[in-house]
Amino acid sequence: MNGICRRGVLQGAAALAALGYHGDGRAGSAQHGAIPRQPGYQAEKPMTSYIGTPASRVDGRAKVTGAAKYAGEFNTSDLVYGSVVTSSIAKGRIARIDAGEALRIDGVIDVLTHENRPHMASTDAAYRDDVAPEGSPFRPLYDERILFSGQPIALVLAEEWEIARFAASLVRVEYEKETAFTDVHGRHDEAVALHPNGDLFGPPKPRGAAEHAFAAAEIRHEGEYYVPIEHHNPMETYAATVIFGKDGRLTVYDKTQGVQNVQRYLRSVFDMGPEDIRVMSPFAGGAFGSGLRPQYHVALAVLAARALRRSVRLVLTRQQMYGLGYRPAMIQRIKLGAKAGGTLDAIIHDATTVTSQYENFYRQETGWSGLLYKCPNAKYAHKLVRRDLATPCDMRCPSAATGVYALECAMDELAVALKLDPLDLRLRCYSDRDQNADLPYSSKALRECYRQGAEAFGWDKRSAEPRSMRDGAELVGCGMATGVWDAMQMPIAVRIALSANGHADVSCATADIGTGTYTIMTQVAADRLGLPLDSVTVKLGDSTLPQSPVEGGSWMAASVSNGIATTADAVRKELLRLAKRMPNSPLADAAPDEVRLADGKLVSRRDASRAVSIIDAMRSGAVDRIEQEHFTSFADDGSYAHNTHSAVFAEVRVDEQLGVIRVTRVVSAVAAGRILNPKTAASQIMGSVVWGIGMALHEETLLDHNFGRIMNPNIAEYHVPVNADVQDIKVIFVDEPDHIINPLGIKGVGEIGIVGVAAAIANAIYHATGKRVRDLPIAVDKLLR
Amino acid sequence: MINFQYARAADVADAVRQMAADPSAKFIAGGTNLIDLMKEDVERPSRLIDITRLPLKAVEQTPAGGVRIGALVPNSDLAYHPLIEQRYPLLASAILAGASAQLRNMASAGGNLLQRTRCYYFYDIATPCNKREPGSGCSAINGLNRIHAILGASEACIATHPSDMCVALAALDAEVHVAGPGEARTIAFADFHRLPGDTPQFDTNLQQGEIVTAVELPPQGFAAHYTYLKIRDRLSYAFALVSVAAALEFDGAAIKEARLALGGVAHKPWRNMAVEATLRGQTADQAAFARAADELLRDAKGYEHNSFKIDLARRGIVRALTQAAQGRPQSQAVKRIM
Ligand SMILES: Cc1cc2nc3c(=O)[nH]c(=O)nc-3n(C[C@H](O)[C@H](O)[C@H](O)COP(=O)(O)OP(=O)(O)OC[C@H]3O[C@@H](n4cnc5c(N)ncnc54)[C@H](O)[C@@H]3O)c2cc1C
Ligand code: SF4
Repeated sequence: MNGICRRGVLQGAAALAALGYHGDGRAGSAQHGAIPRQPGYQAEKPMTSYIGTPASRVDGRAKVTGAAKYAGEFNTSDLVYGSVVTSSIAKGRIARIDAGEALRIDGVIDVLTHENRPHMASTDAAYRDDVAPEGSPFRPLYDERILFSGQPIALVLAEEWEIARFAASLVRVEYEKETAFTDVHGRHDEAVALHPNGDLFGPPKPRGAAEHAFAAAEIRHEGEYYVPIEHHNPMETYAATVIFGKDGRLTVYDKTQGVQNVQRYLRSVFDMGPEDIRVMSPFAGGAFGSGLRPQYHVALAVLAARALRRSVRLVLTRQQMYGLGYRPAMIQRIKLGAKAGGTLDAIIHDATTVTSQYENFYRQETGWSGLLYKCPNAKYAHKLVRRDLATPCDMRCPSAATGVYALECAMDELAVALKLDPLDLRLRCYSDRDQNADLPYSSKALRECYRQGAEAFGWDKRSAEPRSMRDGAELVGCGMATGVWDAMQMPIAVRIALSANGHADVSCATADIGTGTYTIMTQVAADRLGLPLDSVTVKLGDSTLPQSPVEGGSWMAASVSNGIATTADAVRKELLRLAKRMPNSPLADAAPDEVRLADGKLVSRRDASRAVSIIDAMRSGAVDRIEQEHFTSFADDGSYAHNTHSAVFAEVRVDEQLGVIRVTRVVSAVAAGRILNPKTAASQIMGSVVWGIGMALHEETLLDHNFGRIMNPNIAEYHVPVNADVQDIKVIFVDEPDHIINPLGIKGVGEIGIVGVAAAIANAIYHATGKRVRDLPIAVDKLLR
Repeated sequence: MINFQYARAADVADAVRQMAADPSAKFIAGGTNLIDLMKEDVERPSRLIDITRLPLKAVEQTPAGGVRIGALVPNSDLAYHPLIEQRYPLLASAILAGASAQLRNMASAGGNLLQRTRCYYFYDIATPCNKREPGSGCSAINGLNRIHAILGASEACIATHPSDMCVALAALDAEVHVAGPGEARTIAFADFHRLPGDTPQFDTNLQQGEIVTAVELPPQGFAAHYTYLKIRDRLSYAFALVSVAAALEFDGAAIKEARLALGGVAHKPWRNMAVEATLRGQTADQAAFARAADELLRDAKGYEHNSFKIDLARRGIVRALTQAAQGRPQSQAVKRIM
């Protein structure tokens, strides 16, 4: 789930190139083959027995028994423990740093600071990872400059974790402080305007004459919507264990969404060869986009291991997690002009988002507005404000979670102005084409999402007027919103090694950040190889495995599944070659496409009685192992738009006197191509809905602008929904065959579930109370104001 | 977190003796507040005196007809103790409105009384805070003060006491038993916590070296007409923005006795006996409740972000008194406001 957001039609290799992703030597020997763009993939008859079934997580047992190890849990003898000291000011320089007292503590080995650290690269390019935004990436412990509060400024290394932490409290720092500015509001004259279509994430080009059309529109709505800074708060805090090998080579257990991205980054920062460092991340306890870029902890852990020539573990505290990236605060202005009949004339979407002083992080918040609905005139603007904060980063459905929140609240307000049912307005504006790119979709079953979602929710029982539904002391409200996200796919390599005993090892350097990647990979491989689930072992999260992009953007399910299919097909061909050479082979004249793998056998599609078992084929060919590695890329001629969609319906109950809000029901109907595993997919959507509830009602990183400091850096005071806040959530996957996007018809589901949820809840609160709160989170003080 | 010594106390006298020997030591009970603060270097005790084995774990009836609660009774055990559930459901309800099940299992009665404010600045040693470091200034007054006090605050500190349990104990007129280097003594609940004044570093009137041994409830438990109503930023597991403990006793249709305590609004659970007295003899109607609310909040003062609490408290008081009068106490399991 989570990750890089892009808008529009840019696909596959082009997107990767734009993201700075480049191939690495590892897969060089493998065969490369792009899946050719065809007018339509033949819908494969479901010979499958696992794809589409609710298989339980293959790693479930390991996780609940503790057998699954996370980055901070790998052990080795003679481990050194690190503890980070962070800056207490937001801007200025370190005038003096005194580790004397810390160094006098028994068990302290060293204290690294900018003054005594070993050599690190000195160019920005060396620190620029695969998904870095434009700018000058942060360099931990590099020099005396303070760029944000919570910046790491010293690393204490000790024989025990407790000693390291104690000694960290003894490091004395004097600063030369400068005035910091951290508020997204104010000083907008200094903002940087992004050029329309100037780059991948800049606002799209305008169409028509939006300002004019807005001014002339029969019905107009204009509103400003605010989303505060939010943090990812994965359960597992960032951690790395660096094992210092006898040969000086490093094995780095890291928490990340991209082991190869981290490996390349570390190599370039520390000028190491490809074989000198291996990065592993078999499990991650949630990441949500925060692990797309290498985090400072891993650089510091490697720095320390190289300095001490010992193995090092560094685990960040919960408080230190708030010194990493975040969803940027944003102010969005939306203008909608419509005809009285409920069709759109004009959409104008302006966004102002926050970034750091050293990197320009932004995503395309505004473009979703003009893409989604039929509207001849659209115009976008996006301004960046630089603040004395860490650089923001991708957070689950970056840009759509926020941009579509604003759009879908504005659409609700327009429906009120038009005296139309909000769902009816969406249907009147429905578009079968991507309105920005003017392209048809490879598939779009949003209409069906609206229908099935509304039916399951009982939308027809909603009375139109706000404050018209109540139950005792509670006002009842129903709201809805549309969701949209990209269906991306990325070039990827997959290796399959099939043994003569009928067991397959499937490997790829992707990540499973808790989403179920291990499980769907197992399912797809089992299907494609005709093996039972437990005859497939998936390996991932290891930089030495075949090449993979970072796990993000909801692109991994589609990419890796089709990657497995490509390689499995090659395995099948190889098996057929062997089978044909058998004496009196029943498959002697079968063409590769005429056979499939099922139940451990190669079987003719025409005549199921003609079959050869995998074991026999391999035995007769005297091979005990078939290994294939193939690179799959997704050719795209740009003639279709690929997106996932959803319709979200929410019911809230609001105590009229006290403003206590309860989200009692949410129905999310999702169109996301073929669903590989309805169980893991539904948990992705459900988790996203929970997060949407948090976005609507709870989440906010509180900054004290006097100190430029985050004041609620812990999950007691940074509120996310708890069980009591989450009631009935129903997830529906509507059927959405897609014969164009890729052979398996797969899109991703990691992010689409959050889009629209906050808007549906905000709209429901308006419907319940008649009060429109346009800044998130909708807390009691805003509602009673 | 700094290095510290650790020692177990054998009995109350030993605990007191150990504390007298090392004034920068701290008692540790459940540790759910103290350890958090130690990790953030807010509390830097030289020694932890573990009191969890002291024989202060009983909930027992007193000869006077009340109930005595040992300082080490876990919050969960207390909330589900039959004596408390039946005779003092207001206390049970307030406890269950607080924290989470896991925390309540660890937290002790004494620790709950002595838990410290949740003011963000108090927790962050990078910022000035008079409570943490007397004389350094109050960052909240001109900072993030949405969760801060509207009553009884001072120029020096506008923090609130975060406990739910204590709001019920205040309403119930509990007493706190303490032992120390001097005579064992009993402190009326209203005098246990204090207002910040110009010494906000002191949350309570406990003297250096004293240990809480028990909390005692008087016989009257208001089991028929009570409620604990807590309004917070999510439906569970958040500290109160405003909470109201209300307890009524009727004589026919007329109110014979009223208790009203507020949480989340001041440096201590907020009560005003004079306001409670005005309810005596009145019938339970909205107008009377609204007048009482206005009276209780008469001197309330908001800061940049927390003025909403004044209106919220007013609404909460009226609603809580209504719930109590109707004998429909707020459920802590069902989050719908009754
Ligand atoms: C995430 C979170 C959420 C919470 N939410 C709520 C909430 O909603 N409502 C609520 O009311 N509370 C809440 N709490 C606070 C919780 O109730 C307290 O942490 C708990 O009651 C403290 O009890 P303890 O035994 O763990 O105290 P400890 O942490 O052991 O001690 C706290 C303090 O009391 C002192 N102390 C302990 N026992 C004695 C004694 N017998 N005599 C003298 N001094 C003593 C200690 O020295 C220390 O200074 C929350 C806590 C957390 C961490
Ligand atoms: S309100 Fe009190 S606790 Fe908070 S910063 Fe001010 S002095 Fe410190």
